[in-house]
Amino acid sequence: MNAVRKQRLILVLLLLAGVGVAVALMLFALRENINHYFSPAQMAAGEAPVGQRMRGGGLVVPGSVERDTESLKVSFRITDGAGEVTVHYEGILPDLFVEGSGVVALGTLGDDGVFAATEVLAKHDENYMPPEVQKAIDEAHPGYTKPTVQTTAQSELRSLQDGS
Amino acid sequence: MNWTFFHKLGSPKWFYDISGKWLPWLQVLSLVLILVALVWGLAFTPPDYLQGNSYRIIFIHVPASFLAQSVYVMMATAAAVTLIWKIKLADMALKVMAPIGASFCILSLVTGAIWGQPTWGTWWVWDARLTAMLILLFLYIGIIALRGAIHTTEAAAKACSILSLVGVVNIPIIKFSVDWWNTLHQGATLKLTEKPSMAAEMLWPLLLAILGFYLFFTLVMVLRLRIEIISRERKTRWVKELVS
Repeated sequence: MNAVRKQRLILVLLLLAGVGVAVALMLFALRENINHYFSPAQMAAGEAPVGQRMRGGGLVVPGSVERDTESLKVSFRITDGAGEVTVHYEGILPDLFVEGSGVVALGTLGDDGVFAATEVLAKHDENYMPPEVQKAIDEAHPGYTKPTVQTTAQSELRSLQDGS
Repeated sequence: MNWTFFHKLGSPKWFYDISGKWLPWLQVLSLVLILVALVWGLAFTPPDYLQGNSYRIIFIHVPASFLAQSVYVMMATAAAVTLIWKIKLADMALKVMAPIGASFCILSLVTGAIWGQPTWGTWWVWDARLTAMLILLFLYIGIIALRGAIHTTEAAAKACSILSLVGVVNIPIIKFSVDWWNTLHQGATLKLTEKPSMAAEMLWPLLLAILGFYLFFTLVMVLRLRIEIISRERKTRWVKELVS
């Protein structure tokens, strides 16, 4: 490679490194704002704004879902393995709203620590399998929810610990 | 190191001659692979335990998203070659790849929205993954527009190369957005270091579809590149002999 090309190669690498560092610093500075939702542990630790519209997300605690028989009101608890928050919501839940599965709710956190949601979205994970496989897992491990729920909770917990 | 091979590869005439032999193979293979993968994936794989049939859009969404990002990486590579070695063929490749990448990016965003509605309960959210993907589309559109705005070929080549290189920083952000931040979008199913978190009977048609999409991209890219070569080299003797 001749000298001119080597120089241009170095310039290209410098350009990439410069842009990379600039963007990395920007993303690092904005890291809290880029997060789509606050986890229950963050809400419990007071890191989430109280009384302002924001999103909270976590896994629906199995057995915590209580539906009002007269209306569309529903309440459930969400967890990330490190904290739990009660969510109140009135409206239609997405089809994929399942106990043990992830949700992201938009609403406000009250002084009493209850999250009043105006919108609930279901967050599914990256695991895909036929129904028979899921049934076989359920039968082999009764009372044990999807293996993925725990991994998701653990990975969210890890990312939370890394972030703090 | 001997660079003559590299420069031969960059000769438009050499590429035009050799790529003509690839075309029938690319046509047959990409068509067969995509057909087999889609029929298998859409009609014969079992439904998902949680999402039922709505997960089947994965057989289009994931290959399209792969290509949207891969094409950009290829463009950035071509941009580096253009800037360092001033090889014309690299700039031609950069030019013809941009609209193809943009199309895959649109396909990825649209299929993602169609998938999001029945599963998440919304067409669109401003989470890190979706936003970064939208920025990728804007980068593609920006590169295409920049090319159209500059009339001298050399100046356009330089400007588009620099923009392509700067934008490549977005690719790792798209890739790792689901690990670095809380997002509504789920994590990666296909991982380099771990076993894919998908049952084998769903995984095979997905892998076939990805391979088929890559071949289809290669086909479209080679077709467009051949046209670009003819149009840019129209004053050379070999093109005049070719068309006469």
